[in-house]
Amino acid sequence: MTAKKKRPRTPRVPMPEQTPSQRIQNFDEVPLGYTPEQAQAEAERCLQCKKPACLKGCPVNVDIPGFIGLVVEGKFAEAARRIKTTNCLPAVCGRVCPQESQCEAQCVLGKKGEPSAIGRLERFVADYERENNLIELPAKTTPTGKKVAVVGAGPAGLTVAGDLICLGYEVTVFEAFHKPGGVLAYGIPEFRMPKRIVQQEVDYLCKLGVNLELNQVVGKSISVDELFDEEGFDAVFVGVGAGLPYFMGVPGESLGGVYSASEYLTRANLMRAYDFPNYDTPIVRGKTVCVVGGGNVAMDSARTARRLGAENVYIVYRRSRQEMPARGEEIHHAEEEGIIFKLLCSPIEYLGDDRSMVRQARCQEMELGEPDASGRRRPIPKPGAEFTIDTEIVIVAIGSGANPILTRNAKGVDLNRRGYIVANDTGRTTRPGVWAGGDIVTGSATVILAMGAGKTAAADIHQYLTAENGQWLPE
Amino acid sequence: MSKILEKKELVPNIYELLVAAPRIARKTRPGQFVVVMADEQGERIPLTIADFDRDRGTVTLVLMVVGTSSKKIARISVGESMAAIIGPLGVASEIEKLDTVVMVAGGVGTAPVYPIARGFKEAGVRVISIQGARSKDLLFWTDRLAAVSDRHVITTDDGSAGIKGLVTEPLRELLEKDADKKIGAVYAIGPAIMMKFCCKTTEPFGVKTVASLNTIMIDGTGMCGGCRVDVGGTTRFTCVDGPEFDGHQVDWDMLLARQKIYEKEEACSLERYIETIEA
Repeated sequence: MTAKKKRPRTPRVPMPEQTPSQRIQNFDEVPLGYTPEQAQAEAERCLQCKKPACLKGCPVNVDIPGFIGLVVEGKFAEAARRIKTTNCLPAVCGRVCPQESQCEAQCVLGKKGEPSAIGRLERFVADYERENNLIELPAKTTPTGKKVAVVGAGPAGLTVAGDLICLGYEVTVFEAFHKPGGVLAYGIPEFRMPKRIVQQEVDYLCKLGVNLELNQVVGKSISVDELFDEEGFDAVFVGVGAGLPYFMGVPGESLGGVYSASEYLTRANLMRAYDFPNYDTPIVRGKTVCVVGGGNVAMDSARTARRLGAENVYIVYRRSRQEMPARGEEIHHAEEEGIIFKLLCSPIEYLGDDRSMVRQARCQEMELGEPDASGRRRPIPKPGAEFTIDTEIVIVAIGSGANPILTRNAKGVDLNRRGYIVANDTGRTTRPGVWAGGDIVTGSATVILAMGAGKTAAADIHQYLTAENGQWLPE
Repeated sequence: MSKILEKKELVPNIYELLVAAPRIARKTRPGQFVVVMADEQGERIPLTIADFDRDRGTVTLVLMVVGTSSKKIARISVGESMAAIIGPLGVASEIEKLDTVVMVAGGVGTAPVYPIARGFKEAGVRVISIQGARSKDLLFWTDRLAAVSDRHVITTDDGSAGIKGLVTEPLRELLEKDADKKIGAVYAIGPAIMMKFCCKTTEPFGVKTVASLNTIMIDGTGMCGGCRVDVGGTTRFTCVDGPEFDGHQVDWDMLLARQKIYEKEEACSLERYIETIEA
């Protein structure tokens, strides 16, 4: 690179996107991605800091200035390959990472203006490499002769698989669903994470040599014991996510048309109910939809409902906007699409018709009290303040917990009192040879944190399996 | 995996399929089910495992053609495969050391009853089975069920075979005559409405009654909650907590309503599918 030069502060290059009125008519991706010229212009803004602060914000240690420098030079495929040395899923991360609170939050440019658009650039180079058929497989490493089983083909598991295959392990990923991707496949909607891109990222891992066994429910079809004793695996990584949906337990929650967010999204995304009857899985459609909750999953559900033809989509959230856990960008997109926010209220009962289909949600108004354990102000019911919304669909998006299907059948793997797997900083569980990471350890979090956990665990699996007489956990 | 090795139409609209599924066969115990997908566009639907052969690595499924999914599966040729088969799922039947158990099988419910009846028989329990159908030509597996039963009673709605009437009548008689309380449990498997009335019949006698619920499901692993059912005032998931529940505690009316959520869509889908196969 040339000597340090003073660049004028320019604003970020905006990424073209579908207008709200267009996009509520389809399930296509909302942001359309940079053109090569736009990407280069944005990359030029990067200061190429000697001590890059952005690196500190990346859970998977992407060489951010390095790949952005290659974009400036127009070496887009090389830039993608640079990312792939530490992150095997760049097209995914470029789309769903919360960069604004990670790498971009640390960017020096952000102190006085807008930070470098790292996420958009990552997405651009990954798409460029893939769409132009420039994907190259890294050179084969010497096989270690050791076998690793990965349970769950979600962000954590795929990261472990990608890292270990490059280190010479024989890796098999067991996935319960008929498609890989975990939450990327069943949870995050098509318009945020196109399923063909998930499939292509997984195809890349398979080309590297990862074995993918779909339709295998570890804990049912095969146990963790059998993975070791009968299938000869040397290590097992558990990344099964936190997929047990919570309900509120209010009357009427089992009426037809009341969904958990995971059912609603799984029908729409994985099973493609939005394309019914071309796909066989149906989904209840209606003019009015209430989504209960204020997180990213609630926003995804609301925006999916809008695209399925609902005219009035309400977000019913018991606290105020400030406490909403959803990313700012998701809330913004939802507002642009006409989602109506009903804040400081919570459903207390659902009422149905003679076919037991939901028709009304009775809600209780709330006010905010003292902060609770989460640090957010606690919602308190306002006595006597109730109202009713006419609605044909209710989507309960209040979070999810640990699914016990694997852990119930995995001897020696200790759980905490909420059912999550107890693991140390590098993912080691209480059972030697078994690592865990992602939501099944932390509870519901983000794709990139799960990938970060996968990355750490993969490095530790490698270290453990190559060390002589490694001790599992200190006594 | 999931290749169909044999297929026969047992009675009109009810098919028996022998499916290659070695891992599933190895793990299956009576009462468990699989989730299957006919093709890439298909729905995921649960089917109870009617039989399994660990040595051959096969499971037997019996399905009644009612909608697009079952029709698609029934049309898969021998040698072809379903898009997916996942299992064994759900909690296996608890084969207790009872004196006597009554197995009530309604219609296509005969298939899931069979391995459980056999499980009890092998455990030394006296098995009385009551097998009901609308008419004689809809009865199947009578010989198989009889072979694992100490007593085998048949009922038909029209009287064309066995006793004329519903399964609940011989069930009530058995319980009335059971003065020394030898019947430790009743299993009722079949259409929801039949299970509901079996439970109503046994309730006054205080006999434990187990029903195997057939709800709408997607993943079958506890992730969607679409299969939720109210049991004794608590929401339970059929896929991971069931499929068997204490029938006296099940909210049958809610279960029946939830089975009909997609009635309209199912009719539309089937109509369209029939058009495509006839075209």
